Amino acid sequence: MRDTRTTGYHAVSWKEPIVHQLSRKGRRGHQVPSVEDELRAAIGDVISHIPEKMRRKHPPELPELSEPEVVRHYIRLSQETYGVDSGIHMHGTCTMKYNPKLNEYIARSPKIADLHPLQDIETVQGALQIMYEFQKWLCELSGMAEFSLQPRGGAHAVFGNARIIRAYHKLNGELGQRKEIVTTVLSHPCNGGSPATAGFEVVTLYPNEETGYPDIEALKAAVSSRTAGLMMTDPYDTGIFDSNLEEYIKIVHEAGGLVAIDQANANSLLGRLRIGDVGADLCHFNLHKSFSTPHGSAGPGTAAIGASEKLSKFLPIPTVAFDGSKYYLDCDRPHSIGKLGEFYGVVPNVLRAYAWMMTMGAEGLEEASEVAVINNNYLVKKLLKVRGVSLPWHESHPFRLQEARFSLQKLQEDTGIGIAEVNRRIVDYGLQDMETSHEPWIVPEPFTPETPETTPKEDLDKFAEVLDAISHEAYTSPEVVRTAPHNASISKIDRAPSRDPQRWAMTWRAYLRKARGDKC
Amino acid sequence: MPVHAYIPNSDPETKREMLKEIGVQSVEELFADIPERIRLKKRLQLPYAKSEYQVRRDVEAILSRNRTCDELTSFLGAGCWPHYVPAVCDEINSRSEFLTAYAGDVYSDLGRYQAFFEFQSMIGDLVAMDVVSFPWYGWGNVSGDSARMAVMMTDRHEILTPSTVSPDRLSIMRGHCEGLADIKVVKNDPVSGQVSLEDLKSEISSKTAAVYIENPTYLGFVESQCEEISEIAHDHGALFTVGVEPLSLGVLAPPGEYGADIVCGEGQPLGMHMNFGGGLLGFLACRDDERFVSAMPHRLITITTTEQKGEWGFTYVLPERTMFAARDKAKSFTGTGTALWAITAAVYLSLLGPNGLRELAEAIMQKSHYAVKRMSEIRGIKVPVFNSCHFEEFTANFDATGKTVSQVNRVLLNSGVIGGKDITEEFPELGNTALYCVTEMHTKADIDKLAAALEEAIR
Repeated sequence: MRDTRTTGYHAVSWKEPIVHQLSRKGRRGHQVPSVEDELRAAIGDVISHIPEKMRRKHPPELPELSEPEVVRHYIRLSQETYGVDSGIHMHGTCTMKYNPKLNEYIARSPKIADLHPLQDIETVQGALQIMYEFQKWLCELSGMAEFSLQPRGGAHAVFGNARIIRAYHKLNGELGQRKEIVTTVLSHPCNGGSPATAGFEVVTLYPNEETGYPDIEALKAAVSSRTAGLMMTDPYDTGIFDSNLEEYIKIVHEAGGLVAIDQANANSLLGRLRIGDVGADLCHFNLHKSFSTPHGSAGPGTAAIGASEKLSKFLPIPTVAFDGSKYYLDCDRPHSIGKLGEFYGVVPNVLRAYAWMMTMGAEGLEEASEVAVINNNYLVKKLLKVRGVSLPWHESHPFRLQEARFSLQKLQEDTGIGIAEVNRRIVDYGLQDMETSHEPWIVPEPFTPETPETTPKEDLDKFAEVLDAISHEAYTSPEVVRTAPHNASISKIDRAPSRDPQRWAMTWRAYLRKARGDKC
Repeated sequence: MPVHAYIPNSDPETKREMLKEIGVQSVEELFADIPERIRLKKRLQLPYAKSEYQVRRDVEAILSRNRTCDELTSFLGAGCWPHYVPAVCDEINSRSEFLTAYAGDVYSDLGRYQAFFEFQSMIGDLVAMDVVSFPWYGWGNVSGDSARMAVMMTDRHEILTPSTVSPDRLSIMRGHCEGLADIKVVKNDPVSGQVSLEDLKSEISSKTAAVYIENPTYLGFVESQCEEISEIAHDHGALFTVGVEPLSLGVLAPPGEYGADIVCGEGQPLGMHMNFGGGLLGFLACRDDERFVSAMPHRLITITTTEQKGEWGFTYVLPERTMFAARDKAKSFTGTGTALWAITAAVYLSLLGPNGLRELAEAIMQKSHYAVKRMSEIRGIKVPVFNSCHFEEFTANFDATGKTVSQVNRVLLNSGVIGGKDITEEFPELGNTALYCVTEMHTKADIDKLAAALEEAIR
């Protein structure tokens, strides 16, 4: 009998030890640049200059390996990692589009890699020109007046926007009164977390069961003279565009609040809707989503903040400006919220995104959005044929934008197999696992595939086939799914250390200490 | 619109087939959710699409206007330092699996989880702390996180820090704690630069959540009263938090051994190119204590086992603590960090090992001390301003030359030398002072060239 666990795929499984376990005393992986004898003679011993109690007494317990051993170890770890280039990778809410190789080549040029951020601006005109032009292109794309490229991730940009909202009300003398940010639960969690970090109280609206978004009445009830602003994502991770948006903006503005729309994932809107035209005061784009810069295993990312005419004076410093003959860093912005981080953000990402927009042109951006949306709706059609899969709000929103959030509630009720099990099993078929949902799970047993424009139709077909096969397994041989993965780099892990202070170990030194039974 | 190279389904035949399967006549039907009145009615005014070759030519032409630190001889540091990046670092962080992965679980992405655990482990080794978090944006941001952690843990709302702290990082920390905590500055001794313990004792109170110091300080010298500062903080029920430049820990005592409760720092020197400031990597470490772990804003990865003997697994610690689950109830926001740089730092530290790191730190000190020696031979330059031990950066005062730092730097640039950062505005009390940085990248000839160019510039 055929082993039901086999799928024809098996991931690389090296059972690679922790790098410290590979250590052999006395080995060296790198020769540091030498110090000239003459210089050494002129200076003598430097260690004795360090006050005795500040000298390191024991060398750090770093591993000792030769260069080939280090290379092999990390190449093996890379082989046990599933990137966009590895295969079918439709992790939703993340816009896992193809990252063009040209842009990578450009971003790694020594002409950018070896620039220090504090060089005289005359020596960095090329970098500044690209940043300046890119800011202008984002203005055109969003309908906003000005952009800052400083934030290093979407949550950072939302934090920046929350601080701009704060600065605006402070300047108007209303900060004491305006302490609340309104958000929607289907917005990315940073629309709650980032304003809370900036000192706001957060009011969260829930979607209407029929429409998939909050009622206008609910928003009206939440908005008052205490409202500092509305911070939300549109379209939502359900792929539903909240078509009350224009009305929400009007209501919040009438109450004296500001509106920041999270455009981290704008892949379905490029060239089709500009959030500035709808009346948003602030927005942000993630270059590591819609603009094709690589996700880097979780960063470094870049999220550009756009501000309307009214709010641009609050943008973080510096922005890049042009005086007709040279590009410069504009720090003379007295109302600015200051710096969100050191220097100017992740400039190589700006370079990648700049090259990408140059390759695409306006028509290419529209085409990208259009094909991403076709891909998604094609997949919706296919997945709805899979037993146990449903799509909440399907009746009111049969067509979705960049992605769709499905439910395996029926599958779980019928078979006991839910998203956790399916997500382990899908890896057995050589696919990346699926985004479930940000918390809280409004959709039960959720999964959220996203289909950027770079996904071939054949991948969509294969994805649907695999889900169908897993559903079939759940109904006929659920044990296979329950005990998955079988063909991954490792088998099912023990998650108990996750919440056990006696067992968790975030470093090898802590692991060794706990294994020995030593106290902290 | 021609078929696009990055868009497989842009070929008309495939598109037609897919629309047919969906059951619509036109693609416009799919966008029905977006009200007609708010849609863009015109085409975006952007440059026309170009071929790969044209894009490469155009971008390279623009980039050619940059003059890099490799082409010039630079002595800039101040939060982004020139260090040699071993070829292996770029090789590994160019691996497309690491470069293009993102958010998969451990079953699809075991390798990156293990690399993160190894990053956490090796930073832990460097700073002598048992808990290290997921990599974050940069030192400024993690110093802000450390301040928020201290506030949450102590329910006190004031942070004390010496006046020598980096003004940029201080402003970022303040922004991160706006409305939550005040950050008050403590005096330093004008001769040695060391924290004034007297002033610290008079400022610290039952309102103090933490005393935060940087070591080496922004101005380059080693703060050597760490044990005393730690004791003062702890005597008042405050935490002691320390920010570090990691390579210095090849020769300097790690904060975990002088009483630090939370440690943060900048990992860019661990194998990242400067990237015009885009190579930053903030790290955050703390004691292995439930109170600290619960207050950590970022993801934490623990090692674990699997059902198969001999396999390591990895999972997140207390995931409900972070913004991803707790939303507005989280201690601080988190999200996409700087994972690719953390993998790179893990590679870098495994290459160097304990001996390489010590040799590197020693080489840096020898070279920077040589630069101090050469510059101090030039009449009119006072270097360093503070009579403490310096690591790789030091201050140089030009008051007696009658020239401003920017005048000096302009002349240096004509000789192909980038002088130290002008900190006249950041520290007006220090007069015309620049912050110089010398690392293992500088040769004796580079330093001699600087000295000759300085002679010329102040003449």
